[in-house]
Amino acid sequence: MRFQGILISNLQLCHATRLQARQAKLASSTFTNRNPLLTKNSSHLTINLHTPTSTDLTMDVLLGIRGKDFVLIATSKAFLHGITVVKHTDDKTRALNDHTLLAFSGEAGDTIQFAEFIQANTQLYTMRHSSDLPVSSVASFVRTELASSLRSRHPYTVNMLIGGYDVKKEQPELYWLDYLASSAEIPYAAHGYAQYYCLSILDAHYKKGMGVDEVVGLMKDCYEELKRRMPIDFKGLLVKVVDKDGIRELEGF
Amino acid sequence: MSNPFTLNGGACLAMAGKDCVAIACDLRLGQQALTLSNNFPKVFNYGDVFLGLTGLATDVQTMHSLFRYKVNLYRLREEREIEPETMANLVSSTLYERRFGPYFVSPVVAGINQRTGKPFICGFDSIGCIDFAKDFIVSGTASDQLFGVAEGLWEPDLEPEDLFETVSQTLLNSLDRDALAGWGAHVYIITKDKVTKRLLKSRQD
Repeated sequence: MRFQGILISNLQLCHATRLQARQAKLASSTFTNRNPLLTKNSSHLTINLHTPTSTDLTMDVLLGIRGKDFVLIATSKAFLHGITVVKHTDDKTRALNDHTLLAFSGEAGDTIQFAEFIQANTQLYTMRHSSDLPVSSVASFVRTELASSLRSRHPYTVNMLIGGYDVKKEQPELYWLDYLASSAEIPYAAHGYAQYYCLSILDAHYKKGMGVDEVVGLMKDCYEELKRRMPIDFKGLLVKVVDKDGIRELEGF
Repeated sequence: MSNPFTLNGGACLAMAGKDCVAIACDLRLGQQALTLSNNFPKVFNYGDVFLGLTGLATDVQTMHSLFRYKVNLYRLREEREIEPETMANLVSSTLYERRFGPYFVSPVVAGINQRTGKPFICGFDSIGCIDFAKDFIVSGTASDQLFGVAEGLWEPDLEPEDLFETVSQTLLNSLDRDALAGWGAHVYIITKDKVTKRLLKSRQD
């Protein structure tokens, strides 16, 4: 399509910043509407920035397993842009407070913007109240924010896992949230294509009250299966543990 | 995403008996054919009134917190519990507020009016049209099956224990014919002075 005399692709338009969108809106009255991204809206032409790619079937890997007194969270290290690997040391997680870790996948831009918005607000809570928000409350906050975004003009398309250790209740918790803001506390969870490979393995081998070594072994089984059966190279997993002592990274994946 | 009403799956059923009502739901949360959780209840209570919500899971959760907020404010303002009939109108007007961008849920209200002692059940479509019934209300992905079985098993003036049996058998046999619902069930039997909640294990496939 032609845009202020410069030829740009649909792909670039999808990832245009809000500023570019505003400029495009101003310029849009001068060109003809042949692009499906441009829709006629009563008096003027506007651009639909939100073109949902199938967000529930992302190639990014998010895995989470709740153990006896900890949660293990693994994310793929490949930063994908379509079918291109842009980076192979990506970290798709953010620490929300000392005992809560957020892992995310979804539309590029939305993911980090939303994750860091949540991170900033949980950290603000910690500063204001001199105590951390428990995991269940963080999950509830994230769900509420995502649910109100869902009914807005430009919803965030972000899938998340929230793993954490509740210091008061002395128990680990793992929350699964999708981009529609459905949330569930479950013993093991996955997002994207990885779901179809890993959930059956976890169904078969997960037991209540597993120790760190057992869960790491189970995570390795999932990793091996993904490497063997999934037709993309996700550049390995970044694995983190959340327990009463905080968040730490595990080697060997 | 094809149809928001069938994306996550789930079923709910309410039946009226003699001075009692029952409301039940399954426990599945899925994404199309993939099951994510088998502990996702769809029946909630606000004081004396019970509300079943099937449909898009995110809207089930949003509606639950919205009604908890609205009924808590009602209780503070009126200094009494909300009646089932009032709750039905609250649900209806809340849904119609979103007439042109609805919440994708099919609610069911059940309860005993504490003032008159009368059993009350009703259902809604997603934009708040009330369906008053004196026998039963069904909703969710298994609603076709539930209609059939309930039509065959329900009879007037069932006692609480017989109503429990009828509701449970109706729900379980309908769930077995629906791939998107099942994985356990919650059944509430409500009389004027007692509520019994039972967990049904059901088939785990």
